[in-house]
Amino acid sequence: MDDCNEEGELAAMSNLMSGARILLECLARENVEVIFGYPGGVTLPLYDALYEHPIRHVLVRHEENASFAASGYARASGRVGVCCATSGPGATNLTTGLVDAMMDSIPVVAITGQVTSKMIGSDAFQEADTFGIMRPATKHNYLVRDVNDVARVVHEAFYIASTGRPGPVLVDITKDALQGQAHYTPVHEIHLPGYKVVTDGHAGQIRRAAQMMWEAQRPMVYAGGGIIHSGAHDELRELVELIDCPAVCTLMGLGGLPGSHPNFVSLPGMHGSYAANMGLTECDLIIALGVRFDDRVTGRLSAFAPHAKVIHVDIDPAEIGKNRAADLPIVGDLKRVIAKLIKILKELQPQAAEQSAAARQEWWRRVHGWQEEHPLEPVFGTDEIKPQQLMYEINRISDGKAIVSSDVGQHQMWAAQFIRFDAPRLWINSGGLGSMGFGLPGAVGAQMANPEATVFAIAGDGGFQMSVPELATLVNYGLPVKVIVMNNGYLGMVRQWQELFYNNRLCAVELSAFPNVELLAAAYGMKGRIVRTPAELRSALQEAMDEPGPYLMDVRVSQYENVYPMVPAGAAINEMVLAPPQPVPVGKQ
Amino acid sequence: MLMTISLLMENKAGAMMRVTGLLTQRGYNIESLTVARTLDPTLSRMTIGVDVDPKLRAQVIKQMNKLINVLQATDLTETPAVMRELVLLRVRSAMEHRTAILKEAEIFGARVVDSSVEGFALEVTGESEKLDEFVSVMESYGEIDVTRSGTVAVSLEQKKLRLSPPVSRTVVPAEPVSAEGR
Repeated sequence: MDDCNEEGELAAMSNLMSGARILLECLARENVEVIFGYPGGVTLPLYDALYEHPIRHVLVRHEENASFAASGYARASGRVGVCCATSGPGATNLTTGLVDAMMDSIPVVAITGQVTSKMIGSDAFQEADTFGIMRPATKHNYLVRDVNDVARVVHEAFYIASTGRPGPVLVDITKDALQGQAHYTPVHEIHLPGYKVVTDGHAGQIRRAAQMMWEAQRPMVYAGGGIIHSGAHDELRELVELIDCPAVCTLMGLGGLPGSHPNFVSLPGMHGSYAANMGLTECDLIIALGVRFDDRVTGRLSAFAPHAKVIHVDIDPAEIGKNRAADLPIVGDLKRVIAKLIKILKELQPQAAEQSAAARQEWWRRVHGWQEEHPLEPVFGTDEIKPQQLMYEINRISDGKAIVSSDVGQHQMWAAQFIRFDAPRLWINSGGLGSMGFGLPGAVGAQMANPEATVFAIAGDGGFQMSVPELATLVNYGLPVKVIVMNNGYLGMVRQWQELFYNNRLCAVELSAFPNVELLAAAYGMKGRIVRTPAELRSALQEAMDEPGPYLMDVRVSQYENVYPMVPAGAAINEMVLAPPQPVPVGKQ
Repeated sequence: MLMTISLLMENKAGAMMRVTGLLTQRGYNIESLTVARTLDPTLSRMTIGVDVDPKLRAQVIKQMNKLINVLQATDLTETPAVMRELVLLRVRSAMEHRTAILKEAEIFGARVVDSSVEGFALEVTGESEKLDEFVSVMESYGEIDVTRSGTVAVSLEQKKLRLSPPVSRTVVPAEPVSAEGR
């Protein structure tokens, strides 16, 4: 510093900030509104800085739920979700939510405290090798030991989390880096020479893809989470309408095409619709958009879509050809690629479309035939509530507009089958990792992102109990989430597999001693109700909707209902079990 | 089948862990691995020998290239490249074999780096298969101790290094920080 330049020195002095302040400054510059977190010893400097900072902090009741809530926030808003935890157990508890975000490509930035740099490696109190543990759990992760690195690293973290194929990034910061002082200079440039993102698809490939689309006689769009991440839903809709072909949306892609769209043939795969699975099996062209040919979609890979050529568009080159070879690969951002495709399709239309018109008509006739043959239809009970009926009623009341954050299991599949989503970012669920306990904290995040929206958290009686303390978060922050527990007294999906594939030897799946939710809700200071009969279901849901605050509902459904259609593990997706093979005696053997 | 990967990566803490972790995570066994700084001390060059189904080689390279610390991953398995390994070997042998050992060493182009009444320490470089032979020949003369470096490789093809340029970030003006926010 030049001695005679007093003014400059003063300005620099005023810029001297603690690492914790710099961190919050960076978060503010990244437009972060809310942090989901849980404080602890080494993050004390951060929470001290937060005391006088406008960024909101939502105190969850378990760090795992901080990572789920950040993910729910990101899924519902498209923005980066932020979670925070202390060193050691705080950090390790974030792991499941980060792996979950990794599997579903969700932009999350996690901040964890670390013991002071001098203590690292000494097995200090609450020390864990967060950097090592999080390597495979994140898209990228950092350990910051020097206050001077905080700003650069935090901005890099947001850049990496939100660009390319999104994903979680963890920044582990030592206590001394949070406490230390540094001159804060805003970071205007990110330099990551090894981080390559291709956004514009190859023009020649796009032209060839357009030709293939017009020439195909039995084309099928297979759209996934990439559509949602890229914000390509409008483009997808236009594409599907232009080439007028049937389209399936995966579990991660629901809402990418409106659920009420006439070309939408529901979800494919293990619990997909008959028409979706038959369509994929019989089509001659798969237009794969932002999907990864996941095993839950393809069934036995060698038998998947045996007649089809594959156009595969994805922003991650490693996904292309990973499971299924692509006849025409395009690496790029879906929104841009589909927009270009549409342009070229329109140019080619006059010549190309006519030749295949008759075949296309015949193709639609077959798809409609499959839809009529085995539609996804809810089952209604008169004495007891059928789980499908519960989802049917939730669908009725939400009318394609509510946010539904689902847990993992049978209820998730029924929700995906029977609740319609007319827009992206309404269906929030843990798809790739299948993390039980996600539903309620996911709804916390979704509601924080959309304070005005109706948000349902749907969970089974198993998953609900994994994140039950977050009821306190709902009450604490006045989040009017409607928590619907689909209670069948079992870990239903595991029970279904034990019934079908393990000779009904039911082991460790019965959930007795489920708490009385009316008392539980009252204990947390919210409304709660047990619903036992089909007759009261509709009015109970209406009551939940009318309640301005959070609402907990325990819906007692048939205990032994199974999810159908079902593609058994290792089978091809056209080998669906459509209904129970025979009445199965129930209970322990 | 043994795949040879040449990696150029940032010389940063944890970068190597990301590469080895990626291979373990995806079920591949690392046969050999060498790493050292390049002329540019901020970068390292790594050569990895790993057992990979030939059909999956492209996938491994793509996954490697996704690592943010990796600047370039190249599959050298079937491209023109020179591959060499170094062996340091100590052989304990009776006096009557000393001349024969030296003769064999000469055949393999090995150098004597230490000599004592108990035997020799030898140094040799070459292709791995050749070194296997050298080791088994020496073993016939007596007890041996062997340290192998693992393969290092250099591509004979010019491959352009594509690096991402700096990206300017639209940073929002910082909100005035106030205590009323809470």
